[in-house]
Amino acid sequence: MDDDRLVIAGEELGSRLIMGTGGAPSMSVLRAALAASGTALTTVAMRRVDPSARGSVLDVLSECGIRVLPNTAGCFTAGEAVLTAKLAREALGTSWVKLEVIADERTLLPDPIELVEAAEQLVADGFVVLPYTNDDPVLARRLEQIGCAAVMPLGSPIGSGLGIRNPHNIELIVERAGVPVILDAGLGTASDAALAMELGCDAVLLATAVTRARHPERMAAAMRHAVEAGRLARLAGRIPKRRYAQASSPFEGLATS
Amino acid sequence: MKVIVNGEPRDLPDGATVAEAVASVTAAGAGVAAALNDEVVRRSAWETTRLGDDDRLEVLTAVQGG
Repeated sequence: MDDDRLVIAGEELGSRLIMGTGGAPSMSVLRAALAASGTALTTVAMRRVDPSARGSVLDVLSECGIRVLPNTAGCFTAGEAVLTAKLAREALGTSWVKLEVIADERTLLPDPIELVEAAEQLVADGFVVLPYTNDDPVLARRLEQIGCAAVMPLGSPIGSGLGIRNPHNIELIVERAGVPVILDAGLGTASDAALAMELGCDAVLLATAVTRARHPERMAAAMRHAVEAGRLARLAGRIPKRRYAQASSPFEGLATS
Repeated sequence: MKVIVNGEPRDLPDGATVAEAVASVTAAGAGVAAALNDEVVRRSAWETTRLGDDDRLEVLTAVQGG
């Protein structure tokens, strides 16, 4: 079981739970939650420097020994996303990027046209591109063909906690993918994360479900166990569903009157 | 000379460099990147890249997100 490792772009990660840092009420809460999650890779956003900001999320990640994954959250066009990715590479010294190009603020759904355009440019520029995408098997395929290092379909809109609205599509994506599939966005609680892994996802990426939980550290631990349980269940192979009961105790040898 | 740093107009001495403009908004030594008119300026070029009137400089760092 120990050799069941997540490998992205040739690099092994020690956990199948990728965390986000958005929404945590304080750096100390974030630190405790990240530690409890066991994550090895965690996202940050890129924003204009704020001279009044106190404490840096980079310091927390560095203290915890967690690899940083910059995102392009908030970008609406390929041009904005590519510039943000390049700034992140320069600021953080990593060519990995969670590519996020959204269509509107109400749904935060990915804009597939801009997403593909940005992915092409970034792959050509040598980035390891992890695109946040719709749960569309065709789009996921196209992103892989472009050269993305993983595909990250949403379960439901970011921060909604609605879980996985279209498990069938996630299964279709998993069946055809030649790169890791990371369920990104919409998870609300531990059973959602377990389901993602049972469906065959290689990892999950979540933030809000933990950072805005009443007790983030506890939820982080729950997510860690859920991801491990779901992965084990996937590898173990679930029993087929049946219409009628199948006795698990023998009928022979009953004491009868 | 007037340049726009992170969306705010700023008066800087003529011939000011990217390094000086960055220093005017943050003291952070690491984890910061700058783009001049939508092109990234490598850190190694901050000291030698001079700003001109109406240039737009963006100075970004990592924050909680995602």
